[in-house]
Amino acid sequence: MTARPFEARSMGTALDRVDGREKVTGRATYAVEHDADLDEAPLHAWLVTSTTASGRVLRVDAAEALAHPHVVTVLDHTNAPRLADTEDRELAVLQDDRIGFRGQIVAVVLAETSEAAREGARLVRVHQEAADASVSLDGAETYAPEEANGGFEAATDQGDFDAAWAAAPVQLEQTYSTPLEFNNPMEPHAATALWRDGSLTLWDSTQAVHGVASTLAPMLGISQDRVRVQAPYIGGGFGSKGLPHGPEMAVALAARWADGRPVKLAVTRQQMFGLTGYRTRTVSHLRIGAEPDGRITALEHAAVGQSSAVKEFVEQTAVPARMMYAASSLRTSHRVAALDVAVPSWMRAPGEMPGMFALEVAMDDLAEATGIDPIELRERNEPEVDPETGNPYNNRRLVECLHRGADLFGWQDRPAEPRATLDGDWWVGTGVASATYPASFAPGNTARIIALDGGRYEVSIGAVDLGTGSRTVLLQIAADALGVDPEAIDLALADTDLPMATVAGGSSGTSSWGTAIAQTAQQFRADHGEHPDPGVETTTTTDGYPSTDHALHSFGAVFAEARVHRLTGEVRVPRLLGVYSVGRVINPMTARSQLLGGLTMGLSAALFEDAYQDPRFGHVVTQDLASYHVAAHADVRDLQVEWLDDVDELATPMGSRGIGEIGIVGTSAAILNAASHATGVRVRDLPATPDVFSS
Amino acid sequence: MEHTVSLRIDGVDQEVSVDTRTTLLDALRERVGNTSPKKGCDHGQCGSCTVLLDGRRHLTCLALAVAYDGAEIVTASGLAGEGDDGELHPVQQAFLAHDGYQCGYCTPGQVCSAVGVIDEAKRGQPSHVTDDLEADIDLDDDEIRERMSGNLCRCGAYVGILDAVREAAAR
Repeated sequence: MTARPFEARSMGTALDRVDGREKVTGRATYAVEHDADLDEAPLHAWLVTSTTASGRVLRVDAAEALAHPHVVTVLDHTNAPRLADTEDRELAVLQDDRIGFRGQIVAVVLAETSEAAREGARLVRVHQEAADASVSLDGAETYAPEEANGGFEAATDQGDFDAAWAAAPVQLEQTYSTPLEFNNPMEPHAATALWRDGSLTLWDSTQAVHGVASTLAPMLGISQDRVRVQAPYIGGGFGSKGLPHGPEMAVALAARWADGRPVKLAVTRQQMFGLTGYRTRTVSHLRIGAEPDGRITALEHAAVGQSSAVKEFVEQTAVPARMMYAASSLRTSHRVAALDVAVPSWMRAPGEMPGMFALEVAMDDLAEATGIDPIELRERNEPEVDPETGNPYNNRRLVECLHRGADLFGWQDRPAEPRATLDGDWWVGTGVASATYPASFAPGNTARIIALDGGRYEVSIGAVDLGTGSRTVLLQIAADALGVDPEAIDLALADTDLPMATVAGGSSGTSSWGTAIAQTAQQFRADHGEHPDPGVETTTTTDGYPSTDHALHSFGAVFAEARVHRLTGEVRVPRLLGVYSVGRVINPMTARSQLLGGLTMGLSAALFEDAYQDPRFGHVVTQDLASYHVAAHADVRDLQVEWLDDVDELATPMGSRGIGEIGIVGTSAAILNAASHATGVRVRDLPATPDVFSS
Repeated sequence: MEHTVSLRIDGVDQEVSVDTRTTLLDALRERVGNTSPKKGCDHGQCGSCTVLLDGRRHLTCLALAVAYDGAEIVTASGLAGEGDDGELHPVQQAFLAHDGYQCGYCTPGQVCSAVGVIDEAKRGQPSHVTDDLEADIDLDDDEIRERMSGNLCRCGAYVGILDAVREAAAR
């Protein structure tokens, strides 16, 4: 059976987070806070990383480190346990002498204390032979990848773009770029590992316990049931903890070496800039041909990005342009350069974030070129069907979001001309951008329900709550699907001993896990009725949710006010508003926080986030939170979110769509559009730092 | 080299053996087993390790434990009563009521910082945004945002944190 829509009782209410007390007291236990679960004091691991960008390790001289009190061993490529499979070079840690980027793991120090491990790492001498390295996207050779992240086609071509472009009365051709951005969850990537009796136990800071087990096990040459991964609390991830990275393998190998003794590894904040993924720089070349009334006739989004020679990652930057606006001819492409740099990965809304930044600033450029109000311009380019597939949309409510936001924000009072308002020393302007994110659904999730005494139920799925509120929201879904109160549910999550769950990522978690829970609850009732005997159980796995020939996406409209100092160029954002259509909101409190968090990260990207690379070695030199700026409390002023009353039962039986990522989409564009409106200076590159406006 | 320091931690006197290189944060987390203060950056840049040290908010990652013999430390855990039913501090209750957190990792530091902020304002300590240095401090939104800016939250819970601190300060 597949799941059917069901009645919302707890869904739609602001049930308190079930883990709030643990979090506000600090008693929640994160990845290296499980000493109480260990029967022996753990060893402390510290990573030693390469200082050349390309080449090989000649020799690791550990003599001084080993002589340091409490240092137990130094593992390098000559003495670390061997892996059965080394094809994935990011994860094949300490398996050979090759250096693929500066910051790569070349040794691991194990010690009785963290102080000794850290000092030991400082004392390890790594003799390296440097080879020529290519570390900059500028001028680098690029290639057309086979596909982009998410399995998307790398290039598409509909209609006759060249002819439509040539014939267009209005032609806009511009380049937009986003810099290297780093997820920087507050909890550094970390894990506690225990290798005992040929099995590995990991307490990991991961968004996918089953994903870690299924990736590491074959590389370690053991069956997946010999790898247990638990992640009860995760201090944020935003994608960087979606896939395992080198440090997880490093601690697994260290534990294998220590055989029987647990090992703890916390990656330092500095090392996270080389070892745990990031958003690549993106350069988007857009050509938009339009009629004088603003209707787009030709749209081309050619995205150039950067990947790593160690492992390919292609940010799907041009993908949102395929469905966002009506254009009879539409061409998109991706090219990347494989550089000798750290491996990029997922960061909140890969593709949509940089792609919609480019497209939505371009729409503001087009509004300016045609003299049409930015909201009206977007309305005129609303597609009747999904431009990519030709399928009808279900619930495409972008225009309603724009109108509702315009009312709330006071858009009608906006001067049409830029550089129209000077308030003291501050130029004031407003801007808007659209947001979108697909309704993602991952099949293959399994949930188990067991009847307990006293009308209670145990609901289990290996899903991870990376901090968003899944533990609370899944409880609400389970309760409604079973037709009981949330208090009657014992929910177990985040352990590979529980049924298989896909990653908390791509805004797919609640949709995919919730559907598995709903399907299992409905099957449970069919099997066991309303008054089951304690002990009876049902387990089901989703193949999918009834397929639809509709295009399923969430939409939103982001409005920003920007103030730019006329002398210093400092940018402030006193107001930011997002109005969204995301299907049913299962928990208004956690959803609001998640959307506000997305807006905050978008504001952070708009004004601050930029990683500076050393041009010789390609590593990030702004590798901490003092030099890689993220939004602090005083940067965030009046933030508001609202959503349309929505239920989308074509997307999921809960009527919901994912909300984890849409909040960051379009936000940076809205802010830069507002800053341009304030100053008359068009900015097409993130971030909009003061120097851009003060020249 | 190991030394022993006397610390009163969450109301309990303890003799703690530390390396001269051990930070107060690592002493708490690794040697005492109190993981309420979190390590986010280990460089004084994020605020996750904030505790109340002799009554004032303090970054424990920038403090060497040997220098704090005899100190009294209160972590976010110590602000609350023990066990699953122990009463929460009003600041903690306000964080729950206003959803001033998501993942919870920066939260213990935010909570300790907020307790410190409210006390600093009561004692008349000005901040960068205080206009009148002579008058009583009005802990308005600008003051709260400014004073809480040493505690980063990547989940972006600042809106809820502001509401929580405002409410707790008004009690």
